[in-house]
Amino acid sequence: MSTLEIRDLHVTVDEADGSTKEILRGVDLTIASGEVHAVMGPNGSGKSTLAYSIAGHPKYTVTGGSVTLDGEDVLAMSVDERARAGMFLAMQYPVEVPGVTVSNFLRTAKTAIDGEAPKLRTWVKDVKQAMDDLKMDPSFAERNVNEHFSGGEKKRHEILQMELLKPKFAILDETDSGLDVDALKVVSEGVNRALANVNPGVLLITHYTRILRYIKPQFVHVFVDGRVAEQGGPELADALEESGYDRFLARA
Amino acid sequence: MTAVDETTDPTTTTPANTARAHSHGGGIVPDASRAERPTSYDVADFAVPTGREEEWKFSPLREFAPLFEADGAGAVAAVEVDAPAQVEHRTGTREEVGAGRAFVPGDRAAAAGWAATDVAHLLRVPAEAELDAPVLVTVRGQAGRTTAGHLVIEAGHHAKALVVVSHVGSGAHRGNVEVRVGDGADVTVVTLQEWDADAVHAGQHDVRVGRDAHVRHIAVSLGGKAVRLSTNVSYAGPGGDAQALGVYFADAGQHLEHRQFVDHEATSCRSYVEYKGALQGQGAHAVWIGDVLIRAAAEGTETYELNRNLVLTDGARADSVPNLEIETGEIVGAGHASATGRFDDEQLFYLQARGIPAEEARRLVVRGFFAGIVDRIGIPEISQRLMTTIETELAATPLAAASAEEN
Ligand SMILES: Nc1ncnc2c1ncn2[C@@H]1O[C@H](COP(=O)(O)OP(=O)(O)O)[C@@H](O)[C@H]1O
Ligand SMILES: [Mg+2]
Repeated sequence: MSTLEIRDLHVTVDEADGSTKEILRGVDLTIASGEVHAVMGPNGSGKSTLAYSIAGHPKYTVTGGSVTLDGEDVLAMSVDERARAGMFLAMQYPVEVPGVTVSNFLRTAKTAIDGEAPKLRTWVKDVKQAMDDLKMDPSFAERNVNEHFSGGEKKRHEILQMELLKPKFAILDETDSGLDVDALKVVSEGVNRALANVNPGVLLITHYTRILRYIKPQFVHVFVDGRVAEQGGPELADALEESGYDRFLARA
Repeated sequence: MTAVDETTDPTTTTPANTARAHSHGGGIVPDASRAERPTSYDVADFAVPTGREEEWKFSPLREFAPLFEADGAGAVAAVEVDAPAQVEHRTGTREEVGAGRAFVPGDRAAAAGWAATDVAHLLRVPAEAELDAPVLVTVRGQAGRTTAGHLVIEAGHHAKALVVVSHVGSGAHRGNVEVRVGDGADVTVVTLQEWDADAVHAGQHDVRVGRDAHVRHIAVSLGGKAVRLSTNVSYAGPGGDAQALGVYFADAGQHLEHRQFVDHEATSCRSYVEYKGALQGQGAHAVWIGDVLIRAAAEGTETYELNRNLVLTDGARADSVPNLEIETGEIVGAGHASATGRFDDEQLFYLQARGIPAEEARRLVVRGFFAGIVDRIGIPEISQRLMTTIETELAATPLAAASAEEN
């Protein structure tokens, strides 16, 4: 049983003109293993900023607050240390890495996370199974990471990594965006399998409610203007489905 | 990454405006066509470069100086050949091996090399022969000596061959290589510059592409103090397809220069040029000059050229000059791209976010950067060896300098 605690997190970015802009303005969230927390908010409210800041992207500067994983200071860790501590970020826009095959990438990441190379035979079998479950063609393994992937392929590849790397906490940043219904179901099933098998805490970032039909959150946080504006149970998502974000935007 | 990426759409290109539109690099811009650059077998036709010439302005003349000497005292470089039985290997005078049929020196070093020795090597692949093993040529430079060599690689019509010319050792070397590819043949020539750290090398490779032939020229420059390789591609008939590929890794104080000139005169030919390099350390210098000329007669031409440089530390410099001259609007397509940049922070972040330590992430990215070309050499052992060399060079990157760029 693990806990990820985000306390009063403040984050700025440097603008092109040299000024700094505060994006996160005091975020509080606590997630425990096995819990699914949906973070819902309009475009530009800072959801990706929250995800990237927790993962340690160099563009974002934490100016206040804390992030701890079972009491350990996550913000003091390098990006790769965070991942090895059990954090995982499925990116909204996964990055192309030319010349690096998926299979090489997955093995290298698994080796880094586990601190030792996976046993070849079981690893090959695990990768094959996970790809099969996500309805990914075996030839996928020999393609270069995210290069010429369709939007759906990129998201499957992110969830493939979540299933194989078995993180303690997974942040899924708009994993549903750009997916048709079939792909959305396949990807959601992958997340649900990971939940059943590894029991991670999940921060499910989304703009729309449709992914919540397949991945059931216990907690819903409405994110507006860089902070959590309201929280509740799944019923809050239903209310948002009906009335949208207007009510929160008017208040902000 | 700062990038220049331009594609010329034939429908918007008129012969009148293209030469100017595609001149890059600032400074001295040649106003004459690339076609007017002199070529000659007579060394007297080329003055010793002063550094003010367009074609020498990037080169360290102090290093190259021995290569300009034309007093005939040059020694012949030691050449070893390991070839399948079908291949004819002959050593003789230039006349005996028919040197110069598809080769004319294009600068002082090449002309001086031509004048310095009358010993040439011929490797002939008979028509329709499909080699099942590569031809391996080793050119060995000698410390303290200036050498020259002329190598003719000839493939008969519909022959299929892979030839690897490996440059090792030390000294100063002028290597003239003449590649004559028959109609419908499929030939790959790989030139490896794995010189000792103090070697100096100027090479001119003239590649004549037969009708409907496929030719791939791959240059890999890792060793040497100063290397300057000029690859000139021309087409003997329509339908030819040529690729000029290259990778290089310049270390502190090392000068690696690659110049290509693709001369499209026949109709319906294709060319593709892709050079990728990494640079690290004080005084590391890479130069890439990509000249493509589509003459008025060369209708149906399709060409693209690309150069990418990965600058790993401060103190390194990459000059990258694509130059596309188009004298006919009746082409399929023509474009070029040139980009010089640091590590892509987003790539490194993505890899690190999967637990991969920074140093290993860099190695993966560099490996990936080069793999697309190195893997096309066609001999896994050689690709493997080159990748190992590249990774060894990369491991020497001072991490402090590498991480400073992340600010
Ligand atoms: N790297 C950045 N540089 C400058 N501004 C940024 C950067 N990242 C995000 N922003 C700004 O921060 C705000 C929140 O963006 P983001 O976190 O992407 O929101 P969301 O994911 O909710 O759509 C936006 O106004 C966006 O323009
Ligand atoms: Mg976002």
